[in-house]
Amino acid sequence: MKRPFGQLFLLFLLLILPLVIREAYYQHLMILVLMWVAIGSGWNLISGFTGQVLFGAAAFFGFGAYTAALLSSKLGLSAWWGLPLGGILSVAIAFPFGWICFRLRGPYFALATLALNEIFRHVATIWESLTDGMIGILVMQTFVSKAPYYYVALAIAVVSIVVIDRVMQSRWGYYFVSIREDQDAAESMGINTLYYKMLSLCISAFLIGITGALYTNYMGFIDPKVVFSLHDISIMAILVGIVGGVGTIYGPLVGAFIMVAVQEIFRSGGFGLLNFIGRSTGWPFMSSITKFVGDAHVLSFGILVIIVILFLPNGVVGDWPVIRKMFVRSKDQAV
Amino acid sequence: MAFFKVREIVKFFGGLAAVNGVSFEVQEGEICGLIGPNGSGKTTIFNLINGYFPLNKGEVIFQNEKISGLKPHQICQRGIGRTFQVVKPLKRMSVLDNVIASAFLRRHSRAEAQQLAEETIEFCGLTHYTDKLAKSLPIASRKRLEITRALATLPKLLILDETAAGLNPHELEEAIGLIKKIRDSGITIIIVEHIMKVIMTISDHIVAINHGRLIARGTPTEVASNPEVVKAYFGEDYRA
Ligand SMILES: Nc1ncnc2c1ncn2[C@@H]1O[C@H](COP(=O)(O)OP(=O)(O)OP(=O)(O)O)[C@@H](O)[C@H]1O
Ligand SMILES: [Mg+2]
Repeated sequence: MKRPFGQLFLLFLLLILPLVIREAYYQHLMILVLMWVAIGSGWNLISGFTGQVLFGAAAFFGFGAYTAALLSSKLGLSAWWGLPLGGILSVAIAFPFGWICFRLRGPYFALATLALNEIFRHVATIWESLTDGMIGILVMQTFVSKAPYYYVALAIAVVSIVVIDRVMQSRWGYYFVSIREDQDAAESMGINTLYYKMLSLCISAFLIGITGALYTNYMGFIDPKVVFSLHDISIMAILVGIVGGVGTIYGPLVGAFIMVAVQEIFRSGGFGLLNFIGRSTGWPFMSSITKFVGDAHVLSFGILVIIVILFLPNGVVGDWPVIRKMFVRSKDQAV
Repeated sequence: MAFFKVREIVKFFGGLAAVNGVSFEVQEGEICGLIGPNGSGKTTIFNLINGYFPLNKGEVIFQNEKISGLKPHQICQRGIGRTFQVVKPLKRMSVLDNVIASAFLRRHSRAEAQQLAEETIEFCGLTHYTDKLAKSLPIASRKRLEITRALATLPKLLILDETAAGLNPHELEEAIGLIKKIRDSGITIIIVEHIMKVIMTISDHIVAINHGRLIARGTPTEVASNPEVVKAYFGEDYRA
């Protein structure tokens, strides 16, 4: 906002990135980061700015993903139609859900979203005639190269950030934050809190839903365990939001980078470092350590949340001045 | 037809009748004082007017329209602004943003809302705090922010719940000045206040309640000399 120059430069870097980094593995990670930027931004709008904690982001993510997959498997259409449609249908779910559940406040709303997540996962598992259940759905990928997916993901991420930036400077944004700060005060200021909470949830659901649809197109395969995953999607969305900074426009961008990196470090055993040590030293216990670290990424998420809440309660972006001071001070001391 | 009227309103909390069949009227342009000992039901009456609690019985009529049953935001849209006894600042927003958020009720563009907010902040004497976070304000200014935010919704009727409680004598004078200034700008006011000096000097008309029931109604001097009121405030044995 204040430095459009910096943002344009960042956008430029992101635009040329696939031309510079040609390795598919890193391009894949970048696509994941961009998808998490969109999901994290969606989460942040309803949870960070509007104060209604979304504990079941996977409900909308999976719904968008299945919309795209079913368009292809059942109707023979291109799964790309899932992008607009997955977003719109996620809104169609968010609307009645919000209408009912926004009568609940605080943790009860969060629990209701968790329930929605679980209900969808079970439905997608059980309704085999439609979804093939646990077998999942295979979708033909359109492109061999990763670059096209990268640019679609980039477009969605940029749109997410720009939309939320605009919204937060408008009347809607003021209303969202007022609701977060004090719902009773907001009501008595003439704000229809139910309506604006629903509006916020619908925008979030749209962003998360289209990202789900992109996921289907990109990965070419989905099953209920993956796209409705409580821990890999819903909790990851919360982490992206809080690590980056709850209620900040660029928080999800930073959070997505950090969280995808953390996830990848654990998944790959420190980018293969542990495997390498195991192989070169021949220590027999290295393989079990490697396996343990791989399994421990759930635990690592929990620890990360605790660290962030203790030391950076406003996230990396929200607490940037604090972080800077930390480094400046340690430099001073060194001198 | 009265500008504002409550008729036979009743509110139960479990078995306790916090408000039990209270009726009164307020004329346009006046300041109506609502008094009563602690726990007599004043805040509850405000919460009923404002739609924060549903009524168990009775009705609230504003400008010939029955407003009981509407939601708080609808009642605010009809033109009734309120403050909270326990202040509710939007803590992590600046004073300006607090007021802009409520100015958006009547102004649709950001620029217009900001202009109305700035005017209202100046009217209420908070200009000094415009860019401060609401949570950093001292209590007197928080109370004033409550009033400012309510005023920015451009109400026709303003209900003030103990906006002068906890102020020092100097702040008290300022608060009285502000309330008079609001009345002079054409806004009707219902005010709850414990400080008798305040309520007696500014009210055109006073309604006294005790245990959720109306005990007296009239001009400040009439009410002050009413034996029921004296008894409610000073106990049975008090002799003037
Ligand atoms: N939400 C509530 N639930 C249950 N009881 C309540 C509630 N609000 C108020 N009461 C009860 O209703 C009665 C009237 O309370 P109210 O707050 O209206 O009094 P008040 O006249 O505003 O008092 P004060 O001068 O102390 O502000 C009290 O007995 C109080 O305990
Ligand atoms: Mg009270």
